Formats: sequence, C-alpha cells, structure tokens
Amino acid sequence: MKPAPFTYHDPQRLSDAISLLASLDNPKVLAGGQSLVPMLNMRFVQPDHIIDLNKLPGLSDIEIVGDVLRVGAMCRQRDLELSPIVRSHCPIIRGALLLVGHRQTRNRGTLGGSLCHLDPAAELVAVAAALDAVVTVAGPSRTRNIPFADFPAGFMMPAIGMDEIVTEVRFPLWPIGCGYSFIEFARRHGDFAIVSAAALLHEDADGRVIRASLTLGGVGVGPLRMNDAERMMVGQQASGALFREAAESGGSIDALEDAHVTSAYRRRLAKALSRRALEQAHARASDTSRAGRAS
Amino acid sequence: MSASVVGTNVERVEDLPLLRGNGRFVDDIDLPGMLHAAFVRSPHAHAAIRSIETTAAAALPGVYAILTGDDLKKILVKTQLVVGLPSPAYKQELHRPVLAREEVVHVGESIAAVIAESRYVAEDAAALVEVDFDPLPMAVDCQQALSPGAPPAHRNSSHNLVAEFALNYGDVDAAFATANHIFRESLWQHRGGSHSIECRGSVAIHDPIEDRLTFWSSTQTPHVARRILCDVLGRDEDQVRVVVPDVGGGFGPKLVFYPEDVCVAVAALILGRPVKWIEDRREHFVATTQERDQYWDVEIAVDAAARILGVRGTLIHDHGAYTARGVNVAYGSAAAMPLPYRVPAYRLDIKLAVTNKVPVTPVRGAGQPQGVFAMERLLDLVARELEIDRAEVRRRNLVAADEMPYVTPLKTRGGMRVILDSGDYPRCQAETLKRAGWDGFRVRQLAARAEGRYIGIGLANYVEGTGRGPYEQVSVRIQPSGRVHVYTGAAPMGQSTKTMLAQIVAEQLGGDMDNITVIAGDTAAVPLGLGGFNSRQTVLAGTSAHVAAVAVRKKVFAIATQLLETDEKDLELDGREIRVRTSNAVSLPLADIARAAAGLPGFPVPGRYGPGLAATEQVVIDNMTYANGTAVAEVEVDIETGGVKLTNLVFTHDCGRAIHPMIVDGQILGGIAHGIGNALFEWMAFDSNAQPLTTNLAEYLLVSATEMPPIHIGHHESPTTLNPLGVKGVGESGV
Amino acid sequence: MRVQATLHALVERVERMPDPAARATRTITVVVNNANYEAEVAVRCTLVDFIRHDLKLTGTHVGCEHGVCGACTILFDGRSIRSCLMLAVQADGHRITTVEGIAPRSDDLHPLQQAFRDHHALQCGFCTPGMLTTLIELLGENSDPSEEDVKVAISGNLCRCTGYRGIVLATLDAAKRMRGGKGSTR
Repeated sequence: MKPAPFTYHDPQRLSDAISLLASLDNPKVLAGGQSLVPMLNMRFVQPDHIIDLNKLPGLSDIEIVGDVLRVGAMCRQRDLELSPIVRSHCPIIRGALLLVGHRQTRNRGTLGGSLCHLDPAAELVAVAAALDAVVTVAGPSRTRNIPFADFPAGFMMPAIGMDEIVTEVRFPLWPIGCGYSFIEFARRHGDFAIVSAAALLHEDADGRVIRASLTLGGVGVGPLRMNDAERMMVGQQASGALFREAAESGGSIDALEDAHVTSAYRRRLAKALSRRALEQAHARASDTSRAGRAS
Repeated sequence: MSASVVGTNVERVEDLPLLRGNGRFVDDIDLPGMLHAAFVRSPHAHAAIRSIETTAAAALPGVYAILTGDDLKKILVKTQLVVGLPSPAYKQELHRPVLAREEVVHVGESIAAVIAESRYVAEDAAALVEVDFDPLPMAVDCQQALSPGAPPAHRNSSHNLVAEFALNYGDVDAAFATANHIFRESLWQHRGGSHSIECRGSVAIHDPIEDRLTFWSSTQTPHVARRILCDVLGRDEDQVRVVVPDVGGGFGPKLVFYPEDVCVAVAALILGRPVKWIEDRREHFVATTQERDQYWDVEIAVDAAARILGVRGTLIHDHGAYTARGVNVAYGSAAAMPLPYRVPAYRLDIKLAVTNKVPVTPVRGAGQPQGVFAMERLLDLVARELEIDRAEVRRRNLVAADEMPYVTPLKTRGGMRVILDSGDYPRCQAETLKRAGWDGFRVRQLAARAEGRYIGIGLANYVEGTGRGPYEQVSVRIQPSGRVHVYTGAAPMGQSTKTMLAQIVAEQLGGDMDNITVIAGDTAAVPLGLGGFNSRQTVLAGTSAHVAAVAVRKKVFAIATQLLETDEKDLELDGREIRVRTSNAVSLPLADIARAAAGLPGFPVPGRYGPGLAATEQVVIDNMTYANGTAVAEVEVDIETGGVKLTNLVFTHDCGRAIHPMIVDGQILGGIAHGIGNALFEWMAFDSNAQPLTTNLAEYLLVSATEMPPIHIGHHESPTTLNPLGVKGVGESGV
Repeated sequence: MRVQATLHALVERVERMPDPAARATRTITVVVNNANYEAEVAVRCTLVDFIRHDLKLTGTHVGCEHGVCGACTILFDGRSIRSCLMLAVQADGHRITTVEGIAPRSDDLHPLQQAFRDHHALQCGFCTPGMLTTLIELLGENSDPSEEDVKVAISGNLCRCTGYRGIVLATLDAAKRMRGGKGSTR
C-alpha cells in the first residue's frame, strides 16, 4: 500500500505554510501523520500536495498563561502526556492521553492534528469539548479564535477554512483540586473509544457541586456536552443518586449507528460511563479536599 | 556420553539472526534488476468481466508488463489452480483461475498483474487499469446460498452445494428414540483470518544458463509449490527450485498456492528479470484464504445419568468461492466433535456451500476447535438442564486411560481408522480443575456478586488429531568438515523446526548443537516433501530425522570401530569426535570418519554399511497421533458495558514427549492467544453484499499483550507408540 | 518451455507521459545507528521503505502500512515511532536507531536481546525488531517497570506467535540485569 504521487513542501515559516495552503490545488497538511499517512498509504486520499508542518517553529509550546493552559498545535501528544505542568494543572488531559493509541503514535501524533482530524471517537477531541477549549487558527489575512463547541462542522470536518492552519489551543483551567475523570469503553487497550465520558467537578468544602462538565465522545459527529445534566447538578450535594440521575440523559441521546456498533449499545455505554466518570471525578475531588483539610 | 539434548531447553538456532535484525524474510531478498508486482483486484463480490483495458496503465513510465488471463492462456500449460485435496464429496469442480477473465467471484480476486520498476509505480499503474464489470447476483452467506432459488456464486453453476457428506457411526436414530433427555443447540462459528504479521510474498528469478527458475516464497509447502509451478509452467522438477526463506508466521493459509505466485513466476520468465510481489495487509484481508463461517444445529441424547447415547446434527460450512484446498476444515470439525468422549452413536450431516467470499482453508486449528466448541456447549447444556456439575457430566463420559488405545468408529479423510493412541483425559481434567479452583468457584462467585461483580467459569476438553501423515523426508549427512547437515523440505514458520531437528539429530550424533546445520524448506535439499500444517513436522520430520541420524550413527561407529581397532562398546561419540572410553588420548574426529567413508580409489570402503556418512529417510506414519488437553477459563463480565475480561486461564495439555519444553509452552501460548482472538475479538465481517467490512487491523482485532490473562500451563506426557520419539503435535493445541 | 515474446501487454520503455510528482526526489542526510548517510529519496517513499531498501537495513519489517501492528517501529531521535507512517524526507537531519543498532557491539547482544533468547520471546521473529526498539525506549525511561507497564508499552506491537508472555518475562529479566541484579536464567 503505497501513496499516490504528490509534491512535497516543507515550509519553514507559518506564513509560507498558509500561502501554500491558499494557493495550491488539492493540498493536505501533514502534522503527526498518524491519521493522514495511513490514508495516503491506502490511497483513501490522494492530495497533489503535502504541506509538512513539522519544520514550523514555535508551535509546540506548553505553558500556563494566567488561568489558561496554552498548547501549540504541533505539540506531540507524548510531550503533553509527560508534561508536569499538564499533570498538575489540567490532569484530565493526561488522563485522556493515556488512552490515546500507543506510545509510538503519541510520540508523533499532535494535538492540532487530532483535533483537526475530528474522529468522533478521539479522546483529545472529547477533552477539548469538556474543557471548553478555544482553537486559534491562522489564515492569510487574520487569526481567529474558535470556541470548541463551534469547531466541529460535520463528520470529520472542522470549521476551519481551506487556507487556515490551527496554531494553538487554549484550555481554560479548572481550579487545582477539582475532580476529573476520563474513561472510555474500547475493545482493546489503545483502541479508539466506542464511547468515552469526560467529567469535571468543582465541589465546595461540603461536597456541593459548584460547577460540572460532562462530555460524551464517540456518540455523534462531535463530542456531546450534556448541558442539561450539568445544569441539574449545580448546587446539588454530590452523591451516587445525583450522578445516576445526571447519567440518565445519556440513555436517550441520538447516538451514531454503524456496521460495528449500534446506537442502542452506545446509549447504554453513555449512561454507564457518564455515571462512572462522575463518580470517579467526585472521588478525586473528595481526596483533594480531604488532603487539603488534613494539611 | 554427552548429556541429553532432546528434552532440554537448548538455545534456539533461529534466534541470533532474528534478534539482530539479520533475518532473511522474502521481502528482504533484493536482486539486481528486480521488478515489482501489484495486482488489480475485483471490487465486486460477483460480476462478469466484459473487458480489461490496460493501455493507459501500460503507458506509465516504469511499467514493464501487464498480465491478464488472456496473456496467461498463451503462456501457461494450465491456467487453473486445482483443488489440493480432491474428495469424492465434491459435487462441483470450482478450480481457481490464475487470473480471472470471464467472471469474478469474490472481492479481492486477482484480475491483472502489473510489473513495474517499483511497487509504488506498479500501484500507480494498477489504478489505471480499467475493468468493465457487469455485477451479478450474489451468494452472500452459506445459509442463504443453500436456500432454494439462491443466486449461484458461479454463474455457470446451477446451485451452491459444492460438497456434501456425513460422518456417522452407530444407530443414532435408535439412540435418540430411547434417550431420557435430548438437548439441542444452534451455533454460529464465525470467519477469521490467519494474520501472520508477515503477509504473503514471493520472488522469482530465472537463470537462463541452467534454465532453472528459483522461487522464494513465504510458503508452508515448498514441494507442493514446486509441483504446481511445474504443472502450470510445463517444466520438469529439476527446472524449478522453491526455497522457503525466514517466514513470519504461517498458521495455515500459507500452505495454499496462489494466483499471485504463478504470476510472479511467469513475469520472471517472460521478462528475464527477477520479480517480487509482497502482499500488503489490505490484500491479506481479501486475497488470502480464511477460515469458516459454520452453522451448527446439533443435538445430544443422554440417559438418566447424563451418559451420552448419541450426538447428531447438521453443519453448514462456508467454503468460499473456490475449492482452494479441500473439504478438510469441515471434515476436521466433524471428526473432532466426539473425540474425548464415549459417543456410541454419531451422525453429522455436512453441507459445504460455495459463496462469493474469500475461499476457506485451514487457519490454526483447521476446524477442530469448532467441533470441540460444539461438543462442549452441548455438554454444558446437559449439565445445566439436569443440574449436574459440568465437570461431572464430562467425567462420566470421558474416554478413560485404561481404554487406550481407543479405537473409535471414525475414519480420517484418507480412510484410516481414528485410534486415540494414548492419553489420560480424566486426569488432565481433574488436574486442571484443581489448579483452577473449580470447586471453590461458587463461593468466589457469590462474594463477587456481593461486590456487584459478575464472574463466570468455563471448562473444555479437547482431543486433536496431529501428525498428519504420511511422511516428511529428511537427509542427515556428515560433511568432510565434520559438521552434521540436516536437509528437509519441512517448512519452518516460527515454530522452531530447525531447533527441533537439530536437537533430535544432535542426540544421536555427538550432542553438540553448534555442530548441526539444518537446511529446511528447500526443494533442492530433498526430492520429496509435504510441508508444515496439521501440527505434523515434529512427528513426521522429527521421526525421519531421528531414524536417519540413528542410521548415520551406526555407520560412524562401524567405521570408527575398524579404524580405531576397538570394540563398539568401548567407543563413545561426544561432540565432534569418537573417543575410546578408557583412554582420553585416543580419539577420531567426525571429519576424519567422514573422509574415510568417502573412500579412496582402489581401497575397500571402511565399515560395513557402504560409502558415505549419510542417510535419507521418509518414515511413513499413516495414523494420526492424538494430543489432548483441558482448559478452564475464568472471566469477569461488566454487565453495564458488556465488556469481558479474562481473569485466569488454566491449561493442561498432553502432546506426548516434549522435545523442548519451553518451545512447547510457546506453541500453546500462541495458540491460546489465537483462541482468545477467535472467541472474543476477531471477526472477519462481510455485509449483505458479500463486501468485506473489516479490512484493516484497526477493525479486525488481533489480541495484544494487554488482553492476555494470566495463564498457567500444566503438562502431561503420554508418549505415543506411533513414532520412535513418542511425540505428538502441539502447534494448534492452544486454540 | 520457451516463452513467446508476443505478449500484447509487453511495453516499450517510452516515456510518453512523464509525471514529475511520481519521480520527484530530495536529498536527505540522516544518522542511522550512528552512521551518516546521504541519499536521494523519492518524496513519497515511506521511511520504512527507505530504511529497508535504500539503506538495506532489512531488520525493520513491514506488517500493515497503516500504523497498527508495530513491526516497523524504530527509534527516531530516541523515540519509538511507526516508520510506515513517516516519509523518508521527514528524517532529514534526524537520528534513527533500528534493531541493527541495538547491540553494543557486532559480536555482542544487548541484555534485552539476550533475555529474549533466554525466555523464548521470539518464534518467527517478524515482530521482534519492533518489540526490541519499543522496549529499549521503555527501559530507558523506567528501569524497574511492572508487568503491567511492560504490557502497556507493547500494546501497540502485535505478535501472532508468542502470546506475549515470553516477551514480558524477558523484559522484566532484562530490566533486572540492567539494574545490576542477576537475571533469572531459563
């Protein structure tokens, strides 16, 4: 399985990359290659031009700016996974990354690449939705910021222009000590999630929910934020009963159906995983607050 | 006398080059001027071909030739690949054309071969070949294919029943008429592929000076491959040499000879340049044979004490689009079903359906695991309905050790009586149950339930026919250098064939593994051979190697006795020399004995066995030898997600004498992984238009390290009397 | 049997429709197993094909070409990656280690290789190079991995022969030897 012929470009400046993207016919951008190259090899895509982004400088930073985690689009998933900053300030990202493919794919795969590929089952996509990430894209004449809820335009189609490149992603931080959980059901370790659930809980000292985020991945074209369930939980006492109630809505979502997995099964998974993710997030929040009170 | 080599865990002779990355697999072969092939394949499950247009493809720079069925008609003596194992059960002849010309009958069937300067260019050109198809109605699965009015999978056939036969003995109707209890089960056992990590491949080169075609192929059956090449090309055996390089796993489908292999050979001949074809993974899903889709509808009749009175039923087996091998998978399933148990009456009516899917041939287990599964499910049903412990039901019916050799009423496909030669099945089961904590399971289960966890336990016994005869030729020769060379057509594919043969020969000839060189899988090494499948090579090749080594040993001693003027009983063969036991100073290197054995003009040859230190054997063993085992698996099911986790697996097996215990364990572990795959992960899926749905390794799930449970393997050794080594096969036991 | 050359599909080598993209090449320099290479490569040539057929280092294997089986795993700037998912041109200026570069000397074995031998961690050997490079990376990060760590590390390397147990045991043993302990022998 060998790729069809293409012309290869490896721009050294972002502006050159954007110009190429804007001017060439039938181009494809190459980031980590873990999604694109299999498709090239199988000839599922046959671009006339490959624009390799790996030589562009300054797109791999990981830093905290105020109360935001700023990550360059070309940051390798493995670097994100091993970053102490991410581990301490935004641990749900690391939790999700441990389930993303295998070490070999994370060594090359990028954050930007995963988000732009927009596989419904991709863990990073679900986490970006869970955290209300903001995606920065650069085009020929301007840079703009896209809230993640607006990022998926269709099945594996991000809402970015043909001449735009994602440059960075900003994740608003939850206060340190918040509970988090990223779980999924997959057939084997490292497989794409059939369904995933991402939960974040900010609880007060009495275990009352101040803020909640609950996101289902793998169920639709884009991740599904369970806004009703989130709103319902705010102000309530965290408990198993609350989480069961919050998870109920997972059982009635419109879920994808394909040759391998039925929508009915996805709904069952959505409900079970939602509840478990909330329970795990709560357990972590309680651990931290207990630790906080003890010290 | 040196310590025994057989039975010990010697270092494998295969390891060093493989560890260093110096193996030589077929794609590692690089020859000057080598060209590369790619194939145009059918996207339709069933269609007529109106025309094949190759002009645009041929005009692409770097393309050297494009072969179609029309071209092959002008070149080949035969343009069809004939069924490997003919059988009177066949009702239709569905031999495979080398390249489809009039009709395609499965997605992936080869239509044209493109030969180019690189695989990249060959694929570019293949994409430019235009085939005009007329889609035809399809036989999409074996049940539908056999229903009245079903479209024929081949348009010139009037129906899809490709073969029909029954295995039966005893009076099954009487057994069921008088039974206390009858239980019925319907089972679907689904398709799966071999997915050796190395796909198929071959390289051909023609030497015009000697007019010899050399064919390297990742094959399990070099002599069969040579036979077929000779037949289709119209060449003599001396004009074709097939060599098996390192093979990255075979597991069954590489025993078949394929259209691509013929095309590679033809291209090399007509272009006068070496040609290589390496299968890619997507091709492996649609062009390499797979195993089964079987629908079982079976019943068991038992008396009041749960003793089996009879088993009967029907089996519908998906044969795929061509008769690529034979009826052996279905036959093997049917023959395996009753084996471990006393089944007084048995009848399985078997129908093989041709479908518009990839042809079906053996994949590790060759149908036997499927027969085992059907029987074990029936026994579980008996236990559940009669409220008897599942192990107890089996205990009451297992063939006992003191009944061995147990002559069953069954026959093998060659007409040989199935005789269970040795084994202690009840003891195997008892030990497995004990190690698995079977008796304490209920308590564990209740405790888990109290925690909201759901666990289960399962038990199965198997008896499997191994050592498929009739022979595997081996030559043993001591070179003038003193090195011992072993030659055979037996085909290694990872199962440590060379180490096994070296051990067996070293045992007789000095015990120094470093002094043994094994040349395997080469038709130039020995004239006859059958190859690797059906867990046979240790039994057949091992036996011939042993007998040949013993013969050579006799010659060595006869000459040494004469040259050293000492009695045979005072001599010992240790390492690379013969020594006089009582005197350390007196010894004779094997090299000297070999040279003496070659003789000198005008002088009598020493010893009494004639010239040379060599022997060639092809020991015939017609009866199969039956290995057995018991497995107990404990699982946890997440009832909310349906997720299944294997928490423990206990396996006791008996493959007779173990030549190399660690290698035996390795074979079982590999087989177990495949069995876990078959049960829980692997499914070669097709849609209702016979289009394959799983065509890459992200969709077709092979077991990885994280899915393997803790496994405990116990061993019995019930040697068989069917061969001098007492060995049985083990390559497929785990499945 | 002599073959007639009247085959209608035999083609004359006429460059009628040159396709520049199909033949486009670049010159790259890359360090592989501590040796410098400069080579001209087709831009669409994958890294694994370059390693195997241009550099003739055939120890790295091709199993799937879609990034699942791991047979093509090499170390790229010290990190395990799937070389079937990279283009050769992307290796320009980088360092690669393949299985051929693992042993400390040509006549010696890395403790991991020796442990593989001792624990029957390979049968057909096709997945082995990818396993070794992946595990070398693991042992470089974690000198005392647990059994679970090892299994997760090789979860992206498929083996159809061994059932993985020998590989896991070999790795734990190698780690022990590398920490200075005495490994367990067969």
